[in-house]
Amino acid sequence: MNLAAVPKRKLAEVHVPAVTLAHGGGGKAMKDLIEDVFVRAFDNPLLSPLEDQARVPLHLLASHGDRLAFTTDSYVVDPLVFPGGDIGKLAVCGTINDLAVGGAVPLFLSCAAIIEEGVEIALLRQIARSMAQAANAAGVAFVTGDTKVVHRGACDRVFLNTTGIGVIRAGVLLGADRARPGDAVLVNGTLGDHGAAILVARGDLALEAEIESDCAALHELISALLAAAPGTRFIRDATRGGVATVLNETAMASGVSIEIEEARTPIREDVRGVAEILGLDPLYFANEGRIVVVVPPDEEGAALAALKSHPLGERARTIGRIENGEPGRVIMRTRFGGSRIVDMLVGEQLPRIC
Amino acid sequence: MKFADEFRDPAKADALVKDIARLARQIPATKQRPLNIMEVCGGHTHSIFRYGIEAMLPKEIELVHGPGCPVCVLPMGRIDDCIAIAELREVIFTTFGDAMRVPGSKKSLLQAKADGCDIRMVYSPMDALALARNNPDREVVFFAIGFETTMPSTALTVLAAEREGVRNFSLFCNHITIVPTIKAILDSPGLLIDGFLGPGHVSMVTGLLPYRFIADYYRRPVVVAGFEPLDILQSLQMVLKQIAHGRCEVENQYRRVVPDDGNDSALAAVGRVYELREFFEWRGLGSIDHSGVRMRGNYARFDAERKFAVPNVRIADPKSCQCGEVLKGAIKPWQCKVFGTACTPETPLGALMVSSEGACAAYYQYGGVRGPKCSTEAAA
Repeated sequence: MNLAAVPKRKLAEVHVPAVTLAHGGGGKAMKDLIEDVFVRAFDNPLLSPLEDQARVPLHLLASHGDRLAFTTDSYVVDPLVFPGGDIGKLAVCGTINDLAVGGAVPLFLSCAAIIEEGVEIALLRQIARSMAQAANAAGVAFVTGDTKVVHRGACDRVFLNTTGIGVIRAGVLLGADRARPGDAVLVNGTLGDHGAAILVARGDLALEAEIESDCAALHELISALLAAAPGTRFIRDATRGGVATVLNETAMASGVSIEIEEARTPIREDVRGVAEILGLDPLYFANEGRIVVVVPPDEEGAALAALKSHPLGERARTIGRIENGEPGRVIMRTRFGGSRIVDMLVGEQLPRIC
Repeated sequence: MKFADEFRDPAKADALVKDIARLARQIPATKQRPLNIMEVCGGHTHSIFRYGIEAMLPKEIELVHGPGCPVCVLPMGRIDDCIAIAELREVIFTTFGDAMRVPGSKKSLLQAKADGCDIRMVYSPMDALALARNNPDREVVFFAIGFETTMPSTALTVLAAEREGVRNFSLFCNHITIVPTIKAILDSPGLLIDGFLGPGHVSMVTGLLPYRFIADYYRRPVVVAGFEPLDILQSLQMVLKQIAHGRCEVENQYRRVVPDDGNDSALAAVGRVYELREFFEWRGLGSIDHSGVRMRGNYARFDAERKFAVPNVRIADPKSCQCGEVLKGAIKPWQCKVFGTACTPETPLGALMVSSEGACAAYYQYGGVRGPKCSTEAAA
């Protein structure tokens, strides 16, 4: 998106080290917080009037396609900063990806922050800078926002919500119900990195591993994919619940079965190690920069080549096929020569004790 | 992955399966009925399903999934007791994750947490002790469950608390011991178990001696087994060799972890802190003599049962539940009246549906609701 350069203006500043309830009171302290932290980082012509709503010219939208894509997501990650990202980058990439997997060009974001009293202003500035950086890199703009401050204990430091607006290119039609027997199931890289990185970063497991979150905005990768394989049936980012959950949802929505091969499923050695020690299955680990793609067999080669030619898809692979078996069933052929059912997760994935 | 992939080699598995089939055909009894081999430990049950081992075995071998999942055999009343402790204002109740979803008579710990109890999941009893150190104005209670596998770690935590003079830490002791339960199973009428895969992690602490009576008195082979798929296949092969050669011995397949004589210092810590209870109630199996431990009088101040007014509720298992028959190997999970209908991993009635090591949850998750047929089809 090409927004004109922003005329410089004097923004208010916060002069205390940490957020107090006064910063949520609607008065000068709140204005200082919003301007110092968020407006300073996000400034652009659609945001800068600071009206109660962003006003977006329709022609800006219509030039990109024929349908509006609209999505929202809240971010409550703990810890706020982790190897490979932080809550700010996550809140931008996650919402961009939710737009992009529907075939949309992501354009505008909102940012709502719920802040616990006592949070350091420096941390908020860091998070806002990280959001701005990720948004600028992806060519999207924050055009509206909100902050609330709550009592200590009413939330855990900082919760973010971002809502995204994008426009779906004319002719692009993707859906979980469109998978057909014979289609190939692709992923764009190693699975479970984000979930494992967060587990290790929490530090309560005393595990040491240098695993970085895969957190990344995938809209450019998806554009390249859709250009190379216009018949693509379906794309989904494999966030909470991991690839296993996406596959189950696809199998159910399309009334097909899916078979994947353990030996073809790319999982980093250290992620496998973390999962093994905790008795967890990396197929259920969250990803923040990985997609599951279903393409018809005649476009598999083109889709794979397009993914591999992008830095965020270098390790793309076909991990399985859509089959004509029992509808809704996902089966994994194990390296060991057996096979097992990969079911939906019940509740949280809990570690085993013996 | 080093030290794991070596034990999951498909070519070696294939060779073992072929030899198991050859041995099974040599044993005359298999002409009348399949051989029933019980894996005692829930960890084995989990591996068997995860790697699809049942579907690889010849029809002459049936695996019976035993009572060795401590979460599964925990009676509902004990969960109610946990919640009663957790509801005390001063208490931070700590537990391993598996126990969070086990249904009590009214609710699970997960639901009690949502209702406002301070319940926290920890990965080690030492984490609970650290919580006690950091919260001197609160009472930290650790829900101690498990067989001899976890007993040394809770005993050592109590000894550490004693050494450091921590006064606000206690255990709610629900440790159980596997041997009296194996004996109770062997004594149940009409039972057809031809051999056992012995528990690997328990034996790492206890050694092989406690299983001698199974071989000497009940004349059944026992092979203490590891948890990787090749460990399990090799252990089955060892059991079959014993049967084929008319031997009844306790053998150790899991030598890389299990010393024949067990771990002396672990046993010493356990002996210092715990003593046998007269009896302990097992879900599905009822009360079994000497099958649980409690804390010795010297450690009463670390014993949540003495420190708090624990209601000690006894709740009968739901009538429709057939966990007991499944645990004894009398029926297969999918033959239970409520399997996959009233009882599912989302809404478990019986404890075997709660933990991923429970035979029912394992069948449901990895084998499908229609029983093992499905996994055989999948492997075909």
